[in-house]
Amino acid sequence: MTADDTSGRQETAAPAIELKGISKAFGPVQANKDISIRVMPGTIHGIIGENGAGKSTLMSILYGFYKADKGEIFISGQKTEIPDSQAAIAAGIGMVFQHFKLVENFTVLENIILGAEDGGLLKPSLSKARKTLLELEHEYGLNVDPDAVIEDLGVGMQQRVEILKALYRQADILILDEPTGVLTPAEADQLFRILDRLRAEGKTIILITHKLREIMEATDTVSVMRRGEMTATVKTADTSPAELAELMVGRKVLLRVDKTPATPGDVILDIKGLRVVDDAGVERVKGIDLQVRAGEIVGIAGVAGNGQSELLEVLGGYADGTGEIRVSGQPLDLAGKRADGRSRRARGIAHVPEDRQREGLIMDFSAWENTAFGYHRDPSYQSGVLLNNAAIRSDTEAKMQRFDVRPPNPALAAKNFSGGNQQKIVLAREIERNPDLLLIGQPTRGVDIGAIEFIHQQIVALRDKGKAILLVSVELEEILALADRVAVMFDGHIMGERQSAETDEKELGLLMAGVGS
Amino acid sequence: MEVMPKWAEVILVPLISLLLAAILSALVIMAIGEDPIAAVQLMVTGALGSTYGWGYTLYYATNFLFTGLAVSVAFHAGLFNIGGEGQAMLGGLGVALMCLLIPWPHWTLALIGASAGAALFGAAWAAIPAYLQAKRGSHIVITTIMFNFIAAALLNYLLVNVMRPQGSMDPASARFPEAVHLPTLHDLLAPIGISFSKAAPANVTFLIAVLACVLVWFLLWRTWLGYEIRSYGKSEPAAKYAGISPTAITMIAMLISGGLAGMMAINNVMGEAERLVLNAVEGAGFIGIAVALMGRSHPFGVFLAAVLFGFLYQGGAELALWTNIPRELIVVIQALVILFTGALDNMVRMPLERLFLMTRRGSG
Amino acid sequence: MDFLTLIQLLDSTVRLATPLLLACLAGLFSERAGIFDIGLEGKMLAAAFFSAAIAALTGSVWLGLLAGIAASMGFSLLHGLASITFRGNQLISGVAINFLAAGLTVLIAQDWFSQGGRTPSLMGGARFEPITLPFAENLGTVPFLGPIYAELISGHSILVYIAFLTVPLTWWILFRTRFGLRLRAVGENPAAVDTAGVSVVGLRYAAVMICGMLCGIAGAYLSTALQAGFVKDMSAGRGFIALAALIFAKWRPWHALYATLLFGLFGALETRPDVIQAIFGIKVQGALLGALPYVMTVIILAGFVGKAVPPRAGGEPYVKER
Repeated sequence: MTADDTSGRQETAAPAIELKGISKAFGPVQANKDISIRVMPGTIHGIIGENGAGKSTLMSILYGFYKADKGEIFISGQKTEIPDSQAAIAAGIGMVFQHFKLVENFTVLENIILGAEDGGLLKPSLSKARKTLLELEHEYGLNVDPDAVIEDLGVGMQQRVEILKALYRQADILILDEPTGVLTPAEADQLFRILDRLRAEGKTIILITHKLREIMEATDTVSVMRRGEMTATVKTADTSPAELAELMVGRKVLLRVDKTPATPGDVILDIKGLRVVDDAGVERVKGIDLQVRAGEIVGIAGVAGNGQSELLEVLGGYADGTGEIRVSGQPLDLAGKRADGRSRRARGIAHVPEDRQREGLIMDFSAWENTAFGYHRDPSYQSGVLLNNAAIRSDTEAKMQRFDVRPPNPALAAKNFSGGNQQKIVLAREIERNPDLLLIGQPTRGVDIGAIEFIHQQIVALRDKGKAILLVSVELEEILALADRVAVMFDGHIMGERQSAETDEKELGLLMAGVGS
Repeated sequence: MEVMPKWAEVILVPLISLLLAAILSALVIMAIGEDPIAAVQLMVTGALGSTYGWGYTLYYATNFLFTGLAVSVAFHAGLFNIGGEGQAMLGGLGVALMCLLIPWPHWTLALIGASAGAALFGAAWAAIPAYLQAKRGSHIVITTIMFNFIAAALLNYLLVNVMRPQGSMDPASARFPEAVHLPTLHDLLAPIGISFSKAAPANVTFLIAVLACVLVWFLLWRTWLGYEIRSYGKSEPAAKYAGISPTAITMIAMLISGGLAGMMAINNVMGEAERLVLNAVEGAGFIGIAVALMGRSHPFGVFLAAVLFGFLYQGGAELALWTNIPRELIVVIQALVILFTGALDNMVRMPLERLFLMTRRGSG
Repeated sequence: MDFLTLIQLLDSTVRLATPLLLACLAGLFSERAGIFDIGLEGKMLAAAFFSAAIAALTGSVWLGLLAGIAASMGFSLLHGLASITFRGNQLISGVAINFLAAGLTVLIAQDWFSQGGRTPSLMGGARFEPITLPFAENLGTVPFLGPIYAELISGHSILVYIAFLTVPLTWWILFRTRFGLRLRAVGENPAAVDTAGVSVVGLRYAAVMICGMLCGIAGAYLSTALQAGFVKDMSAGRGFIALAALIFAKWRPWHALYATLLFGLFGALETRPDVIQAIFGIKVQGALLGALPYVMTVIILAGFVGKAVPPRAGGEPYVKER
């Protein structure tokens, strides 16, 4: 199905953006297949889809980062070629990337004029920009100190600078790629208010997200992408989250995990007054208490960047902390020589890290080398002073079979497996060690639906064997489906704990925003 | 998705790079009015046509084996050690001290002692940049460059002011005693009935260098320490996650690297000069970079590349002797090899990848 | 130490600092744009040879200077090709360029002049002669300021004055012009420049070519002003001292001037052991003094005396990604 004309009321005006039959392949991977879309001026159009559905590729084509293999772009009815970002800017397109494109040690003003200076000297450009910025602030309520240095600003402010950058370049079309990923719910609300105001001023906005709620709250029309194709374009008012979810994944989504109520046993993990200061000297975890018992899954919910990662890092042994942590009653070193990943594994703590490609795997190593990763000094993998590669290989084969890793080829490099299969390799390595405590971060990020179910089942199975599991996820739905108990982190504090059967997204959302209980 | 089969990555890319370097070198020779084919013939006869030539080729190759392995081990840990030159200089100091201060009864014992001294001094010279990298984040490339110059100044000072025998005008140490004289290939091969040039400097150190290749291979691919070194070199965050200490691996890899570079001194200082002279290393530390790049940091590749460079060095010396081509031609070839295999390898790889993609599409 | 000795010492400091300063500012442009350059040494050497060679052949030092700049920029182009276009390893490319220059200069020198890898000595118009500034001779007799003007400030070759004027010029370009803003941005976050619709490749090539030009002047100074002709390896590690000075200066133009003057002073002292003995009462070995810039740079790098933080995108090839 391609996009139909969805906007009867504005039939007469030319669409702000119209894409016709856009296709783009990367080698054998078809990232965009024959995509057509129309967005009317003065509207907010959402594009929703899973990770890897091709949303970002499409927007990169619109912003001149990639060249489409096939297809045409029309801006306000004019056929437009966009070979590079310069052309996109000239066509009135502004883009706010998921990862901000700001020069960290420049001021706000310098960032705003970069690439849009007037003339060869800076002084006139800067004073003109200062004036324009004041006007823009006034017009859209986007307050920001023009002389602040970017690295001193919070993410919400930095995002504002990105929006101002686009407006300064007189963009009529604003594309935002997953803009709320780093924002608290309150900051996100503020962003949506700004977007409303921009729409009222006649700007056209494209909002890319994988969050259904944002689509429902903020957009006028929405397109759904799945596996590189546009599966539907509908008016937001005429659809429901359930329908969108089904369009996204191609079938009804089972967000419920089959599990029996937990029967928590002894306290396995006992955290008291944990504090973590990062390399830059910023306190990330500000004195938290938390317990995880045998046979239960405790989920940590929260917007990314509120201390969850640092909590996992300390528990996993690669960041230092202060306070007290006991595992099975014995204290854990939080700094020094015995606070490393190896000592943690020796204590029966397994860890599936949040970023498997950066931390959990060596992408260039083969699957069998990765299966030994972290356990490479294990006696069963040695013969004398040498590594027993044959033993590691056969162990890998067995694990790949039990976890249904495809293709089941131990010699294949990790980078050649799909996201889901990479995660299964990590999971097999950690779970098959039969740990007392499993730390698991973002278990299904970038994992296809089929593998998600399998991964959830494995986690529940480990719980049912009486093991303690600490789950960190930014996906609230995943936390609610998987965890028996939920703790919400905000700004380095635990804002509250709830039994997952007795809470809902709304309550947790308030806690995530720092609204205390 | 792998675009290229592994054999193409391992063999084809370096071979094409080498070919490009060879073609450009031939053009350089032609540009200075000489005949490249005649030059190659002269190099082959000079370097490989006699046991004398082989003796020099293998002597140079021994130096490059040590420095090439040194650079390779550091590369595997993700560290670029440009300091092989300085580490080999210090290795020479270690050898000289061992040979001059201890009255060795036999060359075998002296060899063990001198090897230890060379490795220790070389490792010590690598230790400071390694520590600064691991603990203070000082870029190891810059610090090792600085340490090359500091080493040169230090040796200059020591040879002129401290180690120079009284009455000698030469900035060099005293001659080593007769007892620490290492057997040359001539000495080693004569008992088994093979005659080898008496004048060539290749000596027992060559065997130690080959042994070092084997040991480095075992270290990197058959021990958990090598596994940790390679893991750290591929991804620091992953290494931290796995409980591999970045500080420890940086230190260990650089100590091994510096030790290997230092051990070159048992070849040139103990095996050949039999005293410590100024500038004994003669750039071998830098050639190690070319050797490691060409050998893809694999001990077997390093072996092949070291012998090739040994051939180029001896052949180049012959060229300088018989033609109007200065020895610096070898420096040019070395530069081109580094350029094509190290800095411009994408220039070779990108068209190759496109080619493989096309053939795959054609067949699939 | 008397006043005149001091003036002499400072005079030779200025002479020795000049090539360091030019090379240091060259490296500053390149590294501020995110391209590491350890090939300053090779570029200087190539420029030194071609300046001297062309000056010797044509009798014109200005043609020599142009040839030197062209040679140095040729190597810059190669560095750009390797590190910008083909996204290769910038450090390895720099190493290659150093060797290429070391080998080629001797090879060509031998082919052209057959004097064992050197050029003939340069005379007359084939050399940059010292310039006597106006009134230097009349003012020389004025106490204190007179000798400073006549001996220290006046009487250098034109390239020395160019080098010192390059400092404020560099500062002005970097911090007061659009080009400078973009250049600094591309060394910190090339993605920001790219998404702002400015060519990362273009900016980086521009920076690398400016680096080549300044290295070219530095090299020409060595063989046509400081000395009268090219000899093998005459750059003698100055490219690396310039690199050290750049780190010492933390990639800032005015500080580059101070750092290179300091290192130039060490160089001047190296040739005057009598002065050191007169001041400190001890005999310091020239060789050890020569190592001082390197030792000091290591200390700075170690962060014991103020941390030197290089441009954030330095050394990383830019790959378009989201």
